Amino acid sequence: MRRLALVVLAVFAATYAFAQTADKRRSGYADMDASVQKMQDDDTANPAMLWVQEGEALWGKPVGSANLACADCHTPARLGGMAGVAARYPAWSPALGRAIDLEGRLQLCRTLHQKGPALADESRELLALTAFVARQSRGQPVASPDDRRLDATLRSGETLYKRRQGQLNLSCAQCHDDNAGQKLAAVTIPQAHPTAYPLYRLEWQALGSLKRRLRNCLIGVRAEPYPYSAPEYVALELYLAKRAQGMKVEAPGVRP
Amino acid sequence: MANVLINAPKSVKKGQAFEVKTLILHPMETGFRPGTNGTIIPRNIIEDFVATYNGVELIRLKLSSAIAANPFVAFQVAVTESGTLAFRWTGDEGFAIEQSVAIAVE
Amino acid sequence: MQRRSFLAGTTALVAVLPLASAHATPESLQAAIREVVGSAALREGKVKIDLPALVENGNTVPLGVTVDSPMTATDRVKAIHVFNEKNPQPHVYTATLGPGLARADISTRIKLGDSQKIVVVAETSKGEFWTASADVIVTLAACLEDLT
Ligand code: HEC
Ligand code: HEC
Repeated sequence: MRRLALVVLAVFAATYAFAQTADKRRSGYADMDASVQKMQDDDTANPAMLWVQEGEALWGKPVGSANLACADCHTPARLGGMAGVAARYPAWSPALGRAIDLEGRLQLCRTLHQKGPALADESRELLALTAFVARQSRGQPVASPDDRRLDATLRSGETLYKRRQGQLNLSCAQCHDDNAGQKLAAVTIPQAHPTAYPLYRLEWQALGSLKRRLRNCLIGVRAEPYPYSAPEYVALELYLAKRAQGMKVEAPGVRP
Repeated sequence: MANVLINAPKSVKKGQAFEVKTLILHPMETGFRPGTNGTIIPRNIIEDFVATYNGVELIRLKLSSAIAANPFVAFQVAVTESGTLAFRWTGDEGFAIEQSVAIAVE
Repeated sequence: MQRRSFLAGTTALVAVLPLASAHATPESLQAAIREVVGSAALREGKVKIDLPALVENGNTVPLGVTVDSPMTATDRVKAIHVFNEKNPQPHVYTATLGPGLARADISTRIKLGDSQKIVVVAETSKGEFWTASADVIVTLAACLEDLT
């Protein structure tokens, strides 16, 4: 009897250890050609760093009727630095009473704190600032907040992810869960982790946001992409962040 | 704002080879692509890239439409005295950007 | 869901790169090379091309060129010419190398509209021409970009 219990315990422990180490999640980075991986790895060769550099300049530039720069408020002494911040987004915004992504958070500082106009969606300035902030979380684990206020958004993100849509009638999950690792034409379907955004996509020849990437996939299944301001994106982004919990932030990455 | 990234060591050993890497924000529009209204988007590329050290030309590249957007150029240099590594990109639509970095020989 | 129907349904996702009206041809490539080399002999060797054999996106393809040369005042590489076979024009770039260059070693990134051959010609201070070529297969991107 005692022996059996020990065996059961041993098997249980082994299974548990296996479950701990067998994380099958892999970043889209792992499927890329070595030459593209090299482009992401080397900051002096990664074209996304052009945007990061611009973001750094914008960070110090006063704007709005408050005439304040990001750097004026976000000092190490006052509000702390930006390290690890991007890893926590999307997060709940008490000011807006809804979930917001990192771009949304920056826009809030623009309008609320700097008292200036919001930046245009997917504009060079917004991407540059986002890249500059996200870069400071590189290497840190995705830490999507455990916040009950996000539950409804998370659920709607999961529903959207699993719902068939578009003329091709495909869900995100059919490609990115059921067929990840398979070839679609010559492209390996990635697991759709959001860890490298904003990123430089060779296809775009520019930096782009996770929203732009999601729009590409929506157009891919012949669905009408939601407008940039739609809550659907934040919901999907939150669901993707939860799926990638603990994976390393790569931003700003490079993808084909 | 000149959006250029230059990577070169601040100080080097005399005569020892080092790599210089440059990136510049530019669309490198080929002049062969049709736009949304069907007409060809006019060519807009960087045609010339020149790097000099203390005024002496190190390398000159004549670029074409086949160079990728946001051009990247890297090469190997060796210098014997401290000085200025200067770069100049020129191209269509009056594009002209100059940037330089100082290099100290130990 | 059956895999076959899945893959059949999704080939519609494949974006086709816009076809250029004009193409460099093997003939125009040869003509462009002749223009550089003139009547001198063109020998295989000394040139090394670093280019991925298969690329997923032809918009930005890393290209490294190195030429085996002592790079001294009297024996060095003066110029490196890069050509392609199928882009609209045969020229990719021409580099003129000054005496301050430590090595004949240049990295750039190029655009490739199609699978093709890249040819490099190196011109030395002694008036020699060395060449090498490399083939690259360009596959296509999977998801479309909206034009809005
Ligand atoms: C007037 C002061 C002020 C300015 C200027 C300002 N912020 Fe903020 N920022 C705050 C405060 C205060 C918070 C904390 C949340 C809140 O109360 O809105 C914050 C929060 C943030 C956060 C989220 C931090 C976290 O831990 O979740 C980010 C990211 C951020 N700001 C980025 C920026 C950027 C980028 C700029 C410049 C475009 C900027 N901020 C300008 C005051 C400012
Ligand atoms: C028909 C299959 C298909 C469907 C359906 C699809 N995608 Fe994708 N997705 C892809 C492919 C293929 C790529 C990689 C594209 C490439 O490398 O060119 C990709 C890339 C991504 C990426 C980027 C991953 C990275 O490493 O940067 C994310 C995120 C993503 N998809 C999310 C989604 C979401 C969310 C949905 C549902 C709204 C969705 N996709 C629907 C095929 C699909």
